[in-house]
Amino acid sequence: MPVRRRPDGRPPEALPEGLAASLVEFAEELRAEGVGSGTAELLDAFAVLDEISWTAPEDFREALAATLAKSQEDRRVFELVFERFFFRAAEAAAIREGVRERGGDDGIDAAHTDIDLDELRRQIAAALRGGSESLMRDLARLAISAFARRDEGSGVIGVDVQRIRRALGLRPEPRPALPPDDPRRAGLPREALRRFEALLRRELERGQIERTEQLPPSRPLSELDRALPSGPLQDLAAVHRVVAQLKRRLKTQGQETRGHRRHAHVDVRRTMRASLQTGGVPVDLRFKPVRPRRPEIYVLCDVSTSVTSASVFFLSVLHALHDSFRKMRSFVFIERISEVTDVFDRERDFRAVSEAIGRDAGVADVSGYTDYGRVWSEFRELVEDDLHPRATVIVLGDARTNGRDPRADVFAEIAARAGRTFWLNPEPRLYWNYGDSVISSYERHCQAFECWTTEQLEDFVKALARPAHAP
Amino acid sequence: MAAVPDSVPAVADGLRAVGYLPADSTALVAYLAYKLGKPILVEGPAGVGKTELAKALAKALERRLVRLQCYEGLDEAKALYEWNYRKQLLRIQAEGQGAGWDDVQDDIFGEEFLLSRPLMDAITSEQPIVLLIDEIDKTDQEFEAMLLELLSDFQISIPELGRVEARTRPVVLLTSNNSRELTEALKRRCLYLWLDYPTLEHELEIVRLHVPELDRTVARKLVEVIGMVRELDLKKPPSIAESIDWARALLLLGARDVDADLFRETLSIIVKHRTDLDVVAERVGVRLDPAAGVAGQTQT
Repeated sequence: MPVRRRPDGRPPEALPEGLAASLVEFAEELRAEGVGSGTAELLDAFAVLDEISWTAPEDFREALAATLAKSQEDRRVFELVFERFFFRAAEAAAIREGVRERGGDDGIDAAHTDIDLDELRRQIAAALRGGSESLMRDLARLAISAFARRDEGSGVIGVDVQRIRRALGLRPEPRPALPPDDPRRAGLPREALRRFEALLRRELERGQIERTEQLPPSRPLSELDRALPSGPLQDLAAVHRVVAQLKRRLKTQGQETRGHRRHAHVDVRRTMRASLQTGGVPVDLRFKPVRPRRPEIYVLCDVSTSVTSASVFFLSVLHALHDSFRKMRSFVFIERISEVTDVFDRERDFRAVSEAIGRDAGVADVSGYTDYGRVWSEFRELVEDDLHPRATVIVLGDARTNGRDPRADVFAEIAARAGRTFWLNPEPRLYWNYGDSVISSYERHCQAFECWTTEQLEDFVKALARPAHAP
Repeated sequence: MAAVPDSVPAVADGLRAVGYLPADSTALVAYLAYKLGKPILVEGPAGVGKTELAKALAKALERRLVRLQCYEGLDEAKALYEWNYRKQLLRIQAEGQGAGWDDVQDDIFGEEFLLSRPLMDAITSEQPIVLLIDEIDKTDQEFEAMLLELLSDFQISIPELGRVEARTRPVVLLTSNNSRELTEALKRRCLYLWLDYPTLEHELEIVRLHVPELDRTVARKLVEVIGMVRELDLKKPPSIAESIDWARALLLLGARDVDADLFRETLSIIVKHRTDLDVVAERVGVRLDPAAGVAGQTQT
């Protein structure tokens, strides 16, 4: 298939030999990090490089991004891989060619033998509030050399970055104690601070490479790197976006199943009745109508202190689910359980919902520790008559009982009554059944999922959308 | 600008000349798309000027804009072509007796009986055009698959007629609000452009371009406030169009500063949900000066 079209039919040899090979390597690395860039994309990348001057770094990066990274998440990974790849490529070339930026104690170090730390702090803070990239890079170098002098380097780059940041007193929170003309007084923008840290890290790496004259092993991106840079508010928006997309996916998924099973089940009773017209010969087959699954969902959400960090995530999942499914009842629990369905019906705003739950749910009784046993008994009393095989029960919690009786028997009873039971645990699987976590005794009666990122949430909703008796 | 831009700055200047201030990456991707003849997939939140970009490109390139607005349930008959069966019937009746079936059959499936819809229109146009496929994420996956042939080869296959190829190379823009994941096949054929809310300086420029009479300090305060509002978790954050509307309103009211009272009164221009109104009033309103006039002026 001719995917690539060149208006003039020129062969793509215009690029220097080394760059072409590097680009292919770069695409390999992108694929290794999960950005699906195929051959077609790579050919496009070569085509666009013919059109721009690839010596202009910004244009080069944007043009590559436009052809290789086709979604916002991919773009984020692209940025990180781009940084890593071309940084390493440049450093490798520097070692090969024997280029050194500064030798010993001349240049930038000598010019600032006495670096005034206070002045440096002030300047960095000012640069963070609206300085250019190159200014910030210079300041990052200054900071590094200032601290190298004080012999505080630990040799571990991540530790050093944090040490330098702390020593410079760069913090995002406002600090009213400082004098009014200090730029740090109103707090520093988080985004700029993150950029500065990245620069520090990179300059430290550069120094290390120069000292050892070899590249450290390439390190794959961690989950943390990949996460979009965002405050908690944007995280909520992300969950909502995922669930909104999932809602749409659920719709199409349902249709797929309908298509596959259209002729699967003959309705014997109706076929027999229809056959009476033809003298008992079943000429006319009647099929069971396929009804779209309309799940009835019960969600129980732990809001105790042991899951504090996750409970905002959970509440937003709950909120988003509520927007998507009409027949849904929500409960929150700590020591006792309390139904909050009407709160979600009344309040459309997430913040109001979480406030209302904090105010009137009344789930903490005495100690404020989760009591799963009591919660199950109360839940069974509340919904005993309503639970039926078409219902789905979802529990959001860490299954940490604080040493109390887990009452897995009551939970089993609930699971038996409901059609399907799922457990979403905000802890990594590694910590399950460790300490007072009793997830294994519940896992026997339900499907348990690890769920603390939006991707894991997606996996779960796929499972939820699958028909109950699928193989 | 000249109808044939030959560099990235030329595209940027052209867009600027027709009243669209592009970010650097926007101009670059537009130029590449034009040069390589590839469609652009533009994604981003609502109201950052995705559709506006297509309109501005059409104006700058001095081309006609053909627009296909997508919606759920859009199908070939409404996007591509349809047989004009009334005309076909009339034709058969008019010929009636004399002609044989073969003659008539050849005849009634000719271009004359084709009702062309936007996409067909775009393909058959004599003059080069700009094709805008708006909100592609609203359609079904099947429709997306149907677009693939058009996007990669600029041709449409009609069973009765054969292949219709584009006479000129159109510039194609697809916009999406990211309400669902588009298929890999579609993405592979496009260049990707993510449009986000503009930076403070950029937005200030945009506002001043559209409402030049507004006082500079007021305009600056305005975009700062808009930036604060966008940081909140709102149902619908204010778009660029809304900041321009607000600037116009402030101009009409003769405002000399954006203070808390004025903000509360004109809030409904930028925030369009009841729950959002409360959140914004609570979080942003209090940060503004309560007193109007002189006190506020010194602060900006």
